[in-house]
Amino acid sequence: MQPLRSRWNPSLTRLLRAGWVALLALLLAACHQDMYNQPKVQTYDPSTFFADGRGSRPNVPGTVAVGAAQTDDYLYTGLIDGVEGDVMPFAVTRELLERGQEKYNIYCAVCHGESGYGQSMVAQRGGIVPANFHQQRLRDVAIGHFFVIITNGVYRGDPERDGYQSMYSYASRITPEDRWAIAAYIRALQLSQNATVDDVPPELRASLGN
Amino acid sequence: MGQIFPRNANLLAWLSLFAGLLLVAELVLILAVYFRSNYFRQINVAIEQPVAFSHQLHNGTLGIDCRYCHVSVNQSYFANIPATETCMTCHSQIKTYSAKIAPVVASYNTGQPILWNKVHRVPDFVYFNHSIHVNKGVGCSTCHGQVNEMAVVWQQQAMFMGWCLNCHRNPEQYLRPRDEVYNMEYVAPANQVALGRQLVAEYGIMPPEQLTNCWVCHR
Repeated sequence: MQPLRSRWNPSLTRLLRAGWVALLALLLAACHQDMYNQPKVQTYDPSTFFADGRGSRPNVPGTVAVGAAQTDDYLYTGLIDGVEGDVMPFAVTRELLERGQEKYNIYCAVCHGESGYGQSMVAQRGGIVPANFHQQRLRDVAIGHFFVIITNGVYRGDPERDGYQSMYSYASRITPEDRWAIAAYIRALQLSQNATVDDVPPELRASLGN
Repeated sequence: MGQIFPRNANLLAWLSLFAGLLLVAELVLILAVYFRSNYFRQINVAIEQPVAFSHQLHNGTLGIDCRYCHVSVNQSYFANIPATETCMTCHSQIKTYSAKIAPVVASYNTGQPILWNKVHRVPDFVYFNHSIHVNKGVGCSTCHGQVNEMAVVWQQQAMFMGWCLNCHRNPEQYLRPRDEVYNMEYVAPANQVALGRQLVAEYGIMPPEQLTNCWVCHR
C-alpha cells in the first residue's frame, strides 16, 4: 500500500503544520507591555540606580533653576537692612489683588478664615489659635511682615523648653510674587473690615444699596 | 459490523466544526471584554494607602482646597503628591500623636518618603498634562469623580482613549468657568452647551480637528 501523500509541496505542508506556533507567538507578542511601561524614569518612579531607590532626585545644594536667580533682595526677603519693609516691591493692581485673594483662599483661609479673623473649621476642630489679621498689632505692622511670615513661618515659645513651629514656611508652595500678592490682599482684608462709606468713591456709592 | 454513527451524525460533525470556530471567537471576545472590564482595571475599587488619609474629611468636611496639597496641578503636567512637610504643616499641632499620623511623623523625622499607592495610571505612551486641563476649565471632578466624598480614593473612569476623545471632540459639553474648576460639588448648568461654546471661544480651545490630532496626546 502506498503511503498517503499530500498533493501540496511537502515543505509548505510543514510550514502550515508549524503555523500554530506562529499564532501562539503572535498572542504572546500582543501581551508585551514595553510601550505601556517604558524604561524611562517618570515622576515618583522608583529607580534601582540610586542608593535610596528614588527616581526623583533632591536638588544639589546651591542649585538655581532657570529663571529663579534671586537678584532683587527685597522681593525675596521682604527686608530692608534687616527690617521688614512697608512698601510693595512692585505695583499693586486689581489683577494682583485678585491673585492674592485666590492664593489666600487656598493656603491661608484654611486656618485664618476667609475673612481673616482667625476662625475656621480647621482651627475649631484642631484646637489651634491662628492669628486674627484685624487685631491692632497686625494692622500697624509693615506689609513686609506678612511676606516674612509666609516665607519663614512662625515659631512660638522658647526653643529650650516647649517652643514649637506654630506655622510652617510656605516658601516651597507659594512663589515670592504670590506671597506679596497675599500680603497685599491681607491689607485689603484689613481695610474691608474697618471701612466707612467715605472710603467708597462717590460715583460708586449708589451701587451699595440701602 | 453495523454503523456506529447514525446518518444524522454527519450534521452534528458539521455543526461541531462551526461550534469550534465559534468557541475560538467567543474566547477572543471574552478575553477582550475581560481586559477592558472595570473588574480587570480595578475601576471603582478603593485603593488602600499606607496612611489612612481621607479626602472626605480634608476636602469635603474641612473644605481644604485641592491646591493646598496638590500645588503643582495648575503649573505642571503632574499633580504632585504632597510632601510630608505639607501634612506636618497642620499635623505638627493637630492629632500629632494619633496612631494614624504615626507613619507621617516617622517620614518627617527620618526623611524617608511615604510609599503611596498609585491610583490613576496612564500608559507611558500617553502624554497627559494636568495644568492645561485645569487652566482651560476642565474640573477635577470631571475625571476624578467626587473625591470630596471618598474616604479612600478610587479611580472612577477607566480612561480609555475613546473617553479622552469624547471630550476632545466636544469640549463644550464639559468645560466650566475657571473659578469652578476646583469646586467638587459643581453641577453643569442647563445651558451647558451654550456656556461651553462661549468658554471654548474665551479660553482659546483648539478646534476638534486639532484637539484630536495624534500628537496632542502621543508625543
